[in-house]
Amino acid sequence: MIDIAKTKINFLKSRIITFIFSSILVVLSIGFFFVSGLNFGIDFKGGTLIEIETDNEIEIAGLRDNLNTLSLGDVQVQEFGSKNNLLIRVEQQSGGDQIQQNVVEIVKNSLDSHLSSEVNFRRTEVVGPKVSGELIQSGAIAILAAVFAMLIYIWFRFEWQFSLGAVVALIHDVILTIGVFSITQLEFNLPIIAAILTIVGYSMNDTVVVYDRVRENLRKHRSKNIIDLLNLSINETLSRTIVTSVTTLLALLSLFIFGGEVIKGFTFAMIWGVVVGTYSSIFVAAPLLNYLDVKREWNTTSAVDSTR
Amino acid sequence: MIYFSNTKIFSILSVIFICLMFAVPNFFSKDQLNSFPNFIPKQQVNLGLDLQGGSHLLLEVDTVEIVKERLENLNSDVRRVLKKNNIQYSNFKNTDDNLKFVVEEFPAEIQKEILEISVSNSQNILQMGDQTNLVITRDLNQVSISFTDEFIKLAVSNAVAQSLEIVRRRIDELGTREPSIQRQGSSRIIIQLPGIDDPDRIKALLGQTAKLTFQLVDTSTNYDPLNPKKAPVGSEILPSDADDSFKYIVKKRVMVGGENLVDAQPGFDPQTNEPIVSFRFDRLGASKFGRVTQQNVGKPFAIILDDTVISAPVIREAILGGSGQISGGFDSEEANDLAILLRAGALPAPLIILEERSVGPDLGADSIEAGQYAAIIGFVAVIIFMMFVYRYFGFLADIALIINLFMVLGILSLFQATLTLPGIAGIILTIGMAVDANVLIFERVKEEIRSGSKMINAVENGYKRALSTILDANITTLIAAVILFFMASGPVRGFSITLAIGIFTSVFTAFTFTRLLISIYAKSLKPSLVGMKIND
Repeated sequence: MIDIAKTKINFLKSRIITFIFSSILVVLSIGFFFVSGLNFGIDFKGGTLIEIETDNEIEIAGLRDNLNTLSLGDVQVQEFGSKNNLLIRVEQQSGGDQIQQNVVEIVKNSLDSHLSSEVNFRRTEVVGPKVSGELIQSGAIAILAAVFAMLIYIWFRFEWQFSLGAVVALIHDVILTIGVFSITQLEFNLPIIAAILTIVGYSMNDTVVVYDRVRENLRKHRSKNIIDLLNLSINETLSRTIVTSVTTLLALLSLFIFGGEVIKGFTFAMIWGVVVGTYSSIFVAAPLLNYLDVKREWNTTSAVDSTR
Repeated sequence: MIYFSNTKIFSILSVIFICLMFAVPNFFSKDQLNSFPNFIPKQQVNLGLDLQGGSHLLLEVDTVEIVKERLENLNSDVRRVLKKNNIQYSNFKNTDDNLKFVVEEFPAEIQKEILEISVSNSQNILQMGDQTNLVITRDLNQVSISFTDEFIKLAVSNAVAQSLEIVRRRIDELGTREPSIQRQGSSRIIIQLPGIDDPDRIKALLGQTAKLTFQLVDTSTNYDPLNPKKAPVGSEILPSDADDSFKYIVKKRVMVGGENLVDAQPGFDPQTNEPIVSFRFDRLGASKFGRVTQQNVGKPFAIILDDTVISAPVIREAILGGSGQISGGFDSEEANDLAILLRAGALPAPLIILEERSVGPDLGADSIEAGQYAAIIGFVAVIIFMMFVYRYFGFLADIALIINLFMVLGILSLFQATLTLPGIAGIILTIGMAVDANVLIFERVKEEIRSGSKMINAVENGYKRALSTILDANITTLIAAVILFFMASGPVRGFSITLAIGIFTSVFTAFTFTRLLISIYAKSLKPSLVGMKIND
């Protein structure tokens, strides 16, 4: 088989192109976010979600029309995994937290009288305005806190140039993930925040491995041109980067295909994040060091084993 | 790095063995486990509500109501003090957080008297001794009185503690399996009810304050639908539980209250066979009840629950025994629930349901099945891929991966952490990421061999050089998991738990178990083979 570690790809040669490519994607993501926003699930905008299962197929359009006559505002009905499984979403009712509780009963009664076959209520979620407001706030804080924690950690372990480069790559990943949810209008709910946090961790993990090698090579090859040195480091770690990404993607794909409808959005975000995170470690985080004027004189005596 | 003392080998293997022991019970049914000898652990992984089915409710004690009610009590106390001292006041009104009125003069001793009354009325809450609980401010003639923030905090905290106890009693009365009822933050209560996917009845039980009072019906006048707000001074208009169009006018004075009840039981009226709730008062309640019924024979007596008149039977004779019954046209389940509410006592303030998440048992079972399926397929795919890339070393990493999975399961069972659907996703993600530590090491070993080292030295140096990278790389993911743990609740928190456990076990196995296997392998190689490449 091919020994990936012997590659000598010039990753930094086309760095201007990849920077422009990344910038376009970032601008596009931000643009979409402000134009079409995110399709928030009930975790963040409040409301009621009911998943039902019936023995026979249900005619969705008829059910939707029926539920929309209940004067509960916008009611969405969609297939969920199979034809016998439906997801019903009712928008948040105005009038505070206690009012939301009536929705479930009204919808259940309507379903029981509208549908001939027995209805199995698989899942019911009601989120009031108070909680949804808090969840969106704590989600945003968590992501910011994670990015900030990474900034501090890398600063502490390396030096500020590295921490800046890593965090730019991280923000790039987070924006692109939010962007893909804005473009596809896939539902954005609480597990997606968890996915973004994991992406932050994973992307940083990838970046750290490359940076570790950069630092080591900075000690080893003191006179080497920085671009060659960065290229060397990326190539030396490329094999590991690919193997780990592939194993992670294999596990995630399996989860995406076989893991059921409930966590599909979460898995999708993770898969996207692994791809973007791997890309950004090689094409964003590492090349950025070229512009950040990294320190060349590392103190060799304090390093564990920098001499061979 | 590749030489292990026997003690080290022993401790590595014991840690793994202990984890395996705790993982094993998860592969057997509860019945099978009971037939096993006692030294085998029997704890299985604790499944979250999204996997075993159940209901999660987040409630909030209505703190505004607590302050409002206290202000209303204060209102009458203050008026009484002012009247007693012949102080002229005007524009007396209650807002959500203070009392306001206008006076010409407001001497200090009056203020002192108000403070004293307020403190003595709050002795059940105030453990701060004689310290005041009121803020009285005067701006020209405008006086405003409000509670101190400290006191409000105490009053709320007290009400939440009381509510928690009453919620617990109400749910216990229903015989729910292993409910978990916890306080969250300053004014919230989280209720987890495994096995209940339609919590309507519980919600109905918790949605009522269940304040029971007995008040006399005001017979001096009749309810006038054309003038719906007018009630004589000292009386109030209350709706009827049985008939929406009918309203009662009852005297405001509470003759006996639910706090004097000692028992309430559902039953049937022997004559009409209608479901009823029979109740019994304590000694104080019985004597009050006896006196009122004695003095008001022939008059209707309203039984009021949460400001709604359940019924208003006419008193036929004095009831001196301290017990009675309520009939109000309810069915037997309603009678049962009312008895539960009366036994458990009234909530100090209404509870608001902020969030509800219920999962039926079959969705949970489907999720477990899908999760297992995805885990097995992902696992097999990773195993094959690793063997393909790293051959023999890949095989060793695969053994480590299996050990790893068992360890995650074992640690989850040992600490009784909750496994949720996102938690399963965390385990599957761990399968993909756990090999990373080994990959980092193998790549280093490969580089060493390429630069001419012998196998044993290559392994030795490979481990040494990969160490700091592995730690740095895993600490970043761990930071993300920790932040997620503190920010999230419920199912998502389960993800952060399995992710964090997976990070620990994968670093542990890479540095102990795989290293042990590789050192055994490297030392077993014939001298002629010592320089061979990993993926030849």
